[in-house]
Amino acid sequence: MTEDDLRRLIARVKSGRLSRRGFVKRVAAVGLTAPMATQILAIAGAAPAASQSVPTYRPTRRGGGGSLKILYWQAATLLNPHFATGTTNQDGSRVFYEPLAGWAGDGTLHAILAAEIPSIENGGLAADGKSVTWKLKRGVRWHDGQPFTADDVVFNWEYARNPATATVTSGSYRDVNVVKVDDFTVRVEFQQASPFWADAFVGSQGMIIPKHLFQAHNGANSRDAPANLRPVGTSAYRFVSFTPGDTIRAELNPNYHMDNRPYFDTLEIKGGGDATSAARAVMQTADYDYAWNLAVEDEILKRLEAVGRGKVNIVEGGGIEFMMLNAADPTTEVDGERAVPGSRHPAFSDPAVRQAMALLVDRNSLEQFIYGRGGPAVANFLLNPPRFRSPNMRWEFNVQKANEVLDAAGWVRGRDNIRAKNGVRLRFVYQTSVNTPRQRTQAIIKQAATRAGIDLELKSVTASVFFSSDVANPDTFTKFYADVQMYTTTMPQADPQRFMNQFVSWEMSGKANNWQGRNIVRWKSDEYDAAFRAAEGELDPIKRAALFIQMNDLVVGSNHVIPLVGRPTVSGSLNNLRHVLSGWDNTLWLLGDWYRET
Amino acid sequence: MTQYLIRRLLIAIPSLLGISVVLFTVLALAPGDPFEELATNPAVPPEVRAALRASLGIDDPVHIRYFRWLAAMLQGNWGFSFVSRVDVDQLILQRLPTTLLVIGASQILALAIALPIGVYAATRPYSIFDQIANTLAFIGFSLPTFFTGLLMILLFSIYLDWLPFVYRANIEATGWRFYWEHLRQTIMPVLVLGLFQGAAWTRFVRSAVLDVIRLDHVTTARAKGLPEGRITIRHVVRNAMIPVVTLVALQMPAVFGGAIVTEQIFRVPGIGSLLITAVLANDTPVIMAVTFVFACLVIFFNLLADVLYGWLDPRISYR
Amino acid sequence: MRAPVSPWQEAWRRFRKHRLAVVCAFILATLIFAVLFGPWIWTLPVDDIDFSVRLQGPSLAHPLGTDDLGQDLLARVLYGGRISLAVGFAAMAVAVCVGVVVGSVAGMSGGRLDAALMWITDLFLSLPQLPLLLLIIYLFRDSLTKVVGQELGVFIMVVTVIGIFNWMPVARLVRAQFFSLREKEFVEAARALGASRLRLVVVHILPNALGPVIVAATIDVAAAIIAESTLSFLGLGFPPDIPTWGRLLFDAKDNLDFAPHWALFPGLAIFLTVLSINFVGDGLRDALDPRRVQ
Repeated sequence: MTEDDLRRLIARVKSGRLSRRGFVKRVAAVGLTAPMATQILAIAGAAPAASQSVPTYRPTRRGGGGSLKILYWQAATLLNPHFATGTTNQDGSRVFYEPLAGWAGDGTLHAILAAEIPSIENGGLAADGKSVTWKLKRGVRWHDGQPFTADDVVFNWEYARNPATATVTSGSYRDVNVVKVDDFTVRVEFQQASPFWADAFVGSQGMIIPKHLFQAHNGANSRDAPANLRPVGTSAYRFVSFTPGDTIRAELNPNYHMDNRPYFDTLEIKGGGDATSAARAVMQTADYDYAWNLAVEDEILKRLEAVGRGKVNIVEGGGIEFMMLNAADPTTEVDGERAVPGSRHPAFSDPAVRQAMALLVDRNSLEQFIYGRGGPAVANFLLNPPRFRSPNMRWEFNVQKANEVLDAAGWVRGRDNIRAKNGVRLRFVYQTSVNTPRQRTQAIIKQAATRAGIDLELKSVTASVFFSSDVANPDTFTKFYADVQMYTTTMPQADPQRFMNQFVSWEMSGKANNWQGRNIVRWKSDEYDAAFRAAEGELDPIKRAALFIQMNDLVVGSNHVIPLVGRPTVSGSLNNLRHVLSGWDNTLWLLGDWYRET
Repeated sequence: MTQYLIRRLLIAIPSLLGISVVLFTVLALAPGDPFEELATNPAVPPEVRAALRASLGIDDPVHIRYFRWLAAMLQGNWGFSFVSRVDVDQLILQRLPTTLLVIGASQILALAIALPIGVYAATRPYSIFDQIANTLAFIGFSLPTFFTGLLMILLFSIYLDWLPFVYRANIEATGWRFYWEHLRQTIMPVLVLGLFQGAAWTRFVRSAVLDVIRLDHVTTARAKGLPEGRITIRHVVRNAMIPVVTLVALQMPAVFGGAIVTEQIFRVPGIGSLLITAVLANDTPVIMAVTFVFACLVIFFNLLADVLYGWLDPRISYR
Repeated sequence: MRAPVSPWQEAWRRFRKHRLAVVCAFILATLIFAVLFGPWIWTLPVDDIDFSVRLQGPSLAHPLGTDDLGQDLLARVLYGGRISLAVGFAAMAVAVCVGVVVGSVAGMSGGRLDAALMWITDLFLSLPQLPLLLLIIYLFRDSLTKVVGQELGVFIMVVTVIGIFNWMPVARLVRAQFFSLREKEFVEAARALGASRLRLVVVHILPNALGPVIVAATIDVAAAIIAESTLSFLGLGFPPDIPTWGRLLFDAKDNLDFAPHWALFPGLAIFLTVLSINFVGDGLRDALDPRRVQ
């Protein structure tokens, strides 16, 4: 499908000759769309980007569903969304708080506290892309009976961007301006044209806390707010009790703003333990209804599914497990710094070595024997939403070819079977965090590499150290004092702008920026930089998608980044539980719509 | 004796201070910070992480942080958790009852197993009973608790479906059902811990009793024609108790510190699981508080053991 | 009237009489022999991945079956045994040596020195192990690896780490025994006869305090083998591709219900080691016990 075809289709939708659903279907059929399709339409001015993808809610009255029991093997430790340092805390907060809109599974927006999703037709989106106006739902009340208004929304902006409060969400709020238009309308203004406008007040970054309970605690005393531990939100379930690191309990909110919701009378979220036993508690003994993030070997999950009580849910998102080959030299120390941006890796500066490394990764086996359905083999770095997925990349596992490539480039096997050239030996330190599938992956890649005359020294670092921002520690992933490293990076929004900035040259991680830069592989490409700059201001969704595809092809084609497997979220649930999951938002993003089929 | 006690208690204060300095230094130098999950989330810019670190004071020099901690501690302020932003004492108090219940019960079980079996086995060395007791004890401590725990879950929860394996601290039930539910969920963790501990203690009790049973005063007592049971209790066990008291005193602080692996397997919300999550998340105030209380208990119980030695063997003098 | 025998001959005679101990010494020797020379006889590589035979039970080609990557478990158990046994014995030796020295000095001297040593003991007992481990490894891993190479470096580190966290019970046990023994009649007698302090300790008190020490030592071997697996699990011990017994057990645990062989054999190996060491320890103690008459 060419750009023109797409434009023609959009025109047909606009003139009413093609339904929106028909449009989504057609574009999906050519592998171009689904999630952001509706945003294409929204920006192109055809119908709101409101989602049509949330399953119908069947119960006809509120309550009567008994208790819903959810198991998280990591427990929530706090319930203020602006301090939520991870998905478990975001999920815990999401039980009580709601954003204006959430991201549905297909990457479309679903109105929650907003009356409608902004679009060009309904006047929500400015044509120049410099502002978006949200209309709020009327009649919404906080759990304590106070009305929800535009003041609450504006307050969240003030709260999140306040440096003294030091919130986790500040990245989404500090560069925008928020204006109250009337009691039920707010306008978000951007500094420049923003093709991706649905960030502030949307999804996991957008949960709204009540002004009347937090306004006295906006600043250095934010920790003292009693509501940090006793959340008062707008959601379908209201607070009963909370033990940090253990259990959240909630009960039905009789004044919820959506009809007939929620279905369950009580809710319990138990945390702790390990993923395998969580899977057993749902699928084998049916003690619990839903188990979050089952990072368990697929083999075991399949056996548990065979018991017949529960099933495994796979939800696509943008998470990807990948390897990176250091572009800088991690062994030479200059001025207290190794892997200095701009230095050259002695072996990986040869494209043949990088190509050989990519050929030695048996992605099929990784998928088949380690990750299963939780890790489909992939050729691209930018996986989703589908319209950003490049059709150009291929992957291959071929030890013979790797050997030929290395032979041709003049890397000769020594007596110890390790190849060398000009005194540089193909002996690499391959590091990752401690995590069983990662250690298995290391073993598989090491075996193939040995056959090609490359020796890999495996190193695994405790996750809390590997992923820390501790400047003093040499083992963090941002320092990357190793030749090869591997981890998963996630894509929390259905737009790749924040995701693809990890390869731009001005983000290069190093001592100059305290290793806070996002470009950890220290790869530099002027072409990539130019494409990224262009995408930042490009309002035409089709051109913008093409730019991101180009960026993906550049970085994957360099073989400095080797995509391994996608990481859709895997969870387990009882067969009769009807839930609404999304790879672009929190697990509990639409908890009010969950019910049990009887 | 009293003088000895007073002196020891006075020594305890500077030694606790010293321990706190060492603890704090270790924690401050240990790598990592509490923001692991933010790291791979592209929606959170790195500067936000840096600002968070600064707001928690992690970037200040170690000695300044120590004196800040000490000053607050002396005023009874335990600080707040970096991860959950709740006061540390509150976090600990929330978990104390469960820990005391589960770990306490398992220590009692271990003693209840080790004392009678160890003594009885030692009075009849190399009998069938002794051999069986020994072999079971070896199985007991050569299998790690993560393994026995899982074995029990498979057997009692999954195949037999008798016991739940997810521990719930707040059960919504009243009367006898409340106690029944609590009992059911406590059985497995207590068994796993108690058997592991009991197995090792059995070996120590047996060995200690064996050492004493051949001493002259026992032979004398036997020659006097005293009944065997009386000899065992009055002359043997009391004298054999010194190593046992030492070990039990070493183990008692664990009643507060919890059992990390077992708590993890059965999802017991005890102090052990609080500590391990705190350690993995580098939540320094929580680690500091838990280990400091732990250190106090270590010192207290070891002192208690020293005092008990004198009671068990009046010849021991305190210098 | 028999010819006079030296105490060592007498001890050996007594040890041989302890049949179980002899059998166990034989089992232990076999185990050590197997892990030392087994990998030369059973030459399948430890890390050869073959997905076509994953999770198979014992067969002729793989006498102990395979794991989920199709690696041969016999080869892994043999290879891993070297490390597990070495770690077990070395860490035990470190713990017992440090413990006995600290405990006997404290128990003998009393007073200030005792107080100082017990302060150190209390300090080590109250140190949080995990952060300290992270710290030690972070401080020393690279420099040690540079000096002695990766595997030996990690070995030294693991042994030291397990050793320094396990000597405290031994120290307190020995000290407590010393408190009681140093007031006993035979010690008084030796003291009255003018025995030097060192002689008192080495000849008269220490042998009588060994009972709990031997038990502690035998338990420490098992504890060290298991502790090593915990370290590996945290990524602090040996590299993940080295199959120590504890690690094998850990990897196997989630497959326990449908591939029990995977856990069975490493578990059995640990159990046999512990069992035989303990019975040998019992035999030794009985043999060395001067009061025992048979």
